[in-house]
Amino acid sequence: MKLALLFSGGKDSTYAGFLAKEQGYDISCLISIISKNQDSYMFHTPKIELTKQQAELMNIPIIQKITKGEKEQELEDLEKAIKQAKEEYNIEGIITGAVESIYQASRIQEICNKLNLECFNPLWQKDQIQLLEDLIKHNFKVIITKVAAEGLDNSYIGRQLDKNLIKELQELKNKYEINPAGEGGEFETLVINCPLFKSELKIK
Amino acid sequence: MILIINICKEKLHELEFVKPIEDILKKDNLIFITKSYQNLNEQDIDNSDKIIICGTSLKDNEFLNHINDFNWIKDYNKPILGICGGMHILHLIYGGKKQDNKIIGNKKITFSKEFLGLKGDKWVYNLHQYYFDNKEFETFANNQTSKHKTKPFYGVLFHPEVRNKELIEKFVKL
Repeated sequence: MKLALLFSGGKDSTYAGFLAKEQGYDISCLISIISKNQDSYMFHTPKIELTKQQAELMNIPIIQKITKGEKEQELEDLEKAIKQAKEEYNIEGIITGAVESIYQASRIQEICNKLNLECFNPLWQKDQIQLLEDLIKHNFKVIITKVAAEGLDNSYIGRQLDKNLIKELQELKNKYEINPAGEGGEFETLVINCPLFKSELKIK
Repeated sequence: MILIINICKEKLHELEFVKPIEDILKKDNLIFITKSYQNLNEQDIDNSDKIIICGTSLKDNEFLNHINDFNWIKDYNKPILGICGGMHILHLIYGGKKQDNKIIGNKKITFSKEFLGLKGDKWVYNLHQYYFDNKEFETFANNQTSKHKTKPFYGVLFHPEVRNKELIEKFVKL
């Protein structure tokens, strides 16, 4: 089955793509939405412009769409991008990296339903700490690019996900009840290497 | 032993519709096996104390073309929980009439009578296409859940593995 991956360049969407590929699905293209609104509920990745380079490292074409990030408009822009993927690459479904966010998952389900596409959420309801451990197990090199939660200061920016960081995030979860995988916007991540990349992403 | 029945056609959907239920049972240290409905044998069914039939995606309705694979349900007398597509199966086996009822996302529903521990107003996560008219079942919360009138068979259209995990925990303790 030919699928498009909703891709932010962060750990969840990249790992969702990895799982799909591992099961033999064909990722025909990536879709990245570049939001001008830093407070968007749907798209909020600070290094989104790097998705193009990540796509090249995966040798998968990418559709990038810029949105102002206003509540309903950004969903229309996402729908247009998915429609383009359907027309250009004959995709039959979408893969997302949704874990807990019902807000994001149900809106993407609505769009897929409207466009008659399958919607795959392979990380859905996954234990957050287990997810972080799985990333390390599968040789994902992930760094933190933005922090926005109590207990997470700027010293975390640029840190690579490893066992020590998972331990710290677990402690912050216990102390401040943050989502240790950052899906609530507590922190954002960038994948700089993983089994889908032919080489490491070069960043300044 | 609890038997989890997978009805997904696409393997990638199992991570979304089956694994979250396995994770709930693992957390409670319960013994279970998971099988696709197409690989079930008599021994799997006989050895089970309870059965959970998981759901699948909106577009994945392949199981509806194989409804006869579930005829064993009529001879089963132990508890079954059918989630989403699993509830569709329970109703179809007992001659239910399919009605369009597409709901995606969160919805507040009201249980005027207790249903597997849920009572009063509850937020639930929906991802389903149909509901069923069926005289063999008592319905709760405006057709969103139902129970067979004489057998311990429970159906929920919403996905309790997302917002109402306590329903699954209650079922496995029946």
